[in-house]
Amino acid sequence: MNKKPKNLAAEKRKEALKRLKKLGVRLYGQMEKSTFPWIKMPSRSTQNIFYSPEVRQYVLGDKMVRRSSRNIRHIRPLTQLIWAAYFARDLAQQRKTSTLRDVYYSAQAYEVPFKDQPESNSIITDLETVMGLSREDFKVFPEERSAIFGDLTIEYTVPGYEGKRLNLMSHPDGMMIGPALTSAEFVKTSADMVIAIEKGGLFTRFIEETVHKKYNALLVLTAGQAPRATRHFIHRLNRELDLPVHIFTDGDPWGMHIAMVIISGSANAAHLRELTTPDATWNGVWATDIVDYDLPSDALTEVDIKRLHDLRKDQRYEGDLWRREIKKFLEIKKKAEQEAFSRYGLTYIVDEYLPAKLEMTD
Amino acid sequence: MVETFEQISPADFFYRNRDIAGFTNPTRAIFSSVRELVENALDASDLHGVPPEVYLRISQEDNGGEEGEVYILRVEDNGSGIPARHIPSAFGQVLFGSKYKLRQARGTFGLGGTMAILYGQITTHKPVYVASSTGTSRTYEYKLMIDIQRNRPIILDRKAHVNKTRWHGTVVEFRLEGDYFRAMPKILEYLKQTAVVTPYANITFVDPKGRLYRFNRVTTDMPPPPEETFPHPYGVDVETIQRLTKITDCRNMLDFMQKHFQRVSERIAHGFLENAGIGKKKNPKKLKPQEVVRLVRKMKEFKDFLPPRARCLSPLGKDLLKAGILKELKPDFIAVCRRKPSAYSGHPFIVETAIAYGGDIPKAGDIVVHRFANRIPLLYDEASDVTVRVIKSINWRTYKVSPDMPIAILVHLCSTKVPYKTVGKEFIADRPEVRREILNGIREVARRLRRFLTRKEHVERERRRLSVFSKYLPKIAEFSTELAGKKQPPDIEKLLKSVRRFE
Ligand SMILES: Nc1ncnc2c1ncn2[C@@H]1O[C@H](COP(=O)(O)OP(=O)(O)OP(=O)(O)O)[C@@H](O)[C@H]1O
Ligand SMILES: [Mg+2]
Repeated sequence: MNKKPKNLAAEKRKEALKRLKKLGVRLYGQMEKSTFPWIKMPSRSTQNIFYSPEVRQYVLGDKMVRRSSRNIRHIRPLTQLIWAAYFARDLAQQRKTSTLRDVYYSAQAYEVPFKDQPESNSIITDLETVMGLSREDFKVFPEERSAIFGDLTIEYTVPGYEGKRLNLMSHPDGMMIGPALTSAEFVKTSADMVIAIEKGGLFTRFIEETVHKKYNALLVLTAGQAPRATRHFIHRLNRELDLPVHIFTDGDPWGMHIAMVIISGSANAAHLRELTTPDATWNGVWATDIVDYDLPSDALTEVDIKRLHDLRKDQRYEGDLWRREIKKFLEIKKKAEQEAFSRYGLTYIVDEYLPAKLEMTD
Repeated sequence: MVETFEQISPADFFYRNRDIAGFTNPTRAIFSSVRELVENALDASDLHGVPPEVYLRISQEDNGGEEGEVYILRVEDNGSGIPARHIPSAFGQVLFGSKYKLRQARGTFGLGGTMAILYGQITTHKPVYVASSTGTSRTYEYKLMIDIQRNRPIILDRKAHVNKTRWHGTVVEFRLEGDYFRAMPKILEYLKQTAVVTPYANITFVDPKGRLYRFNRVTTDMPPPPEETFPHPYGVDVETIQRLTKITDCRNMLDFMQKHFQRVSERIAHGFLENAGIGKKKNPKKLKPQEVVRLVRKMKEFKDFLPPRARCLSPLGKDLLKAGILKELKPDFIAVCRRKPSAYSGHPFIVETAIAYGGDIPKAGDIVVHRFANRIPLLYDEASDVTVRVIKSINWRTYKVSPDMPIAILVHLCSTKVPYKTVGKEFIADRPEVRREILNGIREVARRLRRFLTRKEHVERERRRLSVFSKYLPKIAEFSTELAGKKQPPDIEKLLKSVRRFE
């Protein structure tokens, strides 16, 4: 498969700059007319978050909130929000990236300090909601990073690297899915599928065992709960390259949910799109695998069990597979890590388990 | 074994029971001595109608390495002075005084100053030195000791001098054992609070280290002096009646009732005597003991007597109370209240209250309470005092008061008979009538405090509100200008002006 880069990133950047300016012009106009500057945005309160079966993810309802500088309780967060827009505009103009932590500290220089990191993060989420863009679009990234390995050639769009191409097999540890990679264009790939893996140990094992070759796959390390940049990246691999996505996690409610967030997203990101991959599949480790493969296991803790009961009530878990596995977990009251396959030798998971599981969901 | 019986003199009695007069230990002793002498000095100037000028000095005496510290206590005043013939008894005899009258004064028992001197004598065996003049052509100097067993002064020396300047006043100096440095905080607090209720006085204090403390007057206005009155029928006992019948020159009960009691008119006297079943024509000197007893009982029962007159009282008045508090506490807010005269058991009294906020008042974690009775600060046994109990009984949250606020409450009780629990004059007993007046007085000033606090809160909130707007609006303007790509920030003056509600 061979694709011509559309320079999506550049378009995104232009779009972000356009929307940021529009926001500024609106606020400026309000003040010129001597009205207290205000903005309106969809409410992110739990009452306004719904699961949409059509979009197959959480979405925001019609409820809007108004933030006005006339209101003594609004003026500070509103100022912070407008500052964040200003900060994002600066990043976009200078084609720089920054982290959530940077945002928190930068605010202090402008005397609009945040109380703490959560407050700063929540203002960034407000900005996403107002702009209808995700923070990665205006170059604000979280700290945690995941990785990718496989035959995919990308073309950078970040300053200094524009036009430069790279094959993601160039480094045996995989390539970090950071700002440069997320904004890169896909040029070509020979891969037929994406395999997402929860843990670093197994990711390395897969590379060593040349899973990418044996299965024609791109390997993605989620490193626990996948960061939004990674979720978006997986989404793009699925959309732009038409690659099916298979997810392997630990066999416990937490692993199961890592897969689910990649597939259907989280309520926290209900205001955003393009973070989900509804057609991705969770291939293991299932509760039924623990039984079928007679895997070494640990007993579920009380917290695990409570989590399972919560998931059972969750709309995203309505599919047959999910219901069956939750039921099985609760029945056997056991969990197993991906490494548990090592009991059958180091290559067993690659040679036996993986093909069997991939077949099952094909 | 045969019991021996003996009689002791009043001086002997108080010597043996000096605890009840506030001379429990060296610390209390020096504190009590200071206050008794200062109170006598202030009484003397109040009575004379001159703004007091009180000089107090405590110096340490080298007692040759003996155990216990000996101090020389000297108090000078510009008061009425004491007629020469009364000087020895005034200072050398317990239960001798000029203040047994029905008239408000600090002193009442004829005991305080003399107790201090007595205490000095038993701890140092030294005489007291007194100099005084009533403003005549002579001043008199005495050296006295007290014959404790006989309760009589012993005159060691007496001198008369020419008084060219017609000075009037009194100087008292004597030695006593004490612990000044322990008593120091209380003494200073006492003087400070005295300055609060006596804003027309100059008080100077030189302590044993030679440090000078000055409490300056802020006014020369003095509260109108109290008038001496007759007892009210509700407040007399059998003994009082018997004494009156001995000295009276009235020939019949109708005249007797009108002449020796306050608020008894001819009409009321008629009504009362009929009610009591005592002949109007009867000669008071011929009342039989059981008739005296009935008279007293009927006096207490009779409903038609008018309430006691308060002219014998001398409250400070709102202005002076305010002046005193402003001078010593420098508060941001002050409310004072003077209740109408009231009476308990025939004794008239007036309650004055004040509440002050901020200034030099400490944030003590609780309301600071200053108690006064007949212009005496009461510093000990606070927890037992009726004022403190009343304050504790109030739900302060309804007045917007929280414990961390700098608030002081002052309560001044004026009466011809302050219901002290002890002769040490430290705390006031819980009489329902007195309690009610104190409660109402405090409530009244507390209501005004609430108005002040509400307003303050409002202004505070408004100030914070304004500062929020003037902090953030310019920033919004700045960032929006940048975002919009404009050169000039929009004019937000109008917006800022519109949030300024109070200007
Ligand atoms: N500085 C003074 N100037 C004028 N008279 C004084 C002075 N000190 C004492 N006296 C007179 O001496 C009397 C006795 O004083 P003392 O302090 O013993 O009793 P008191 O003041 O009458 O009552 P209390 O026991 O309540 O103090 C007073 O009543 C007063 O007549
Ligand atoms: Mg006295």
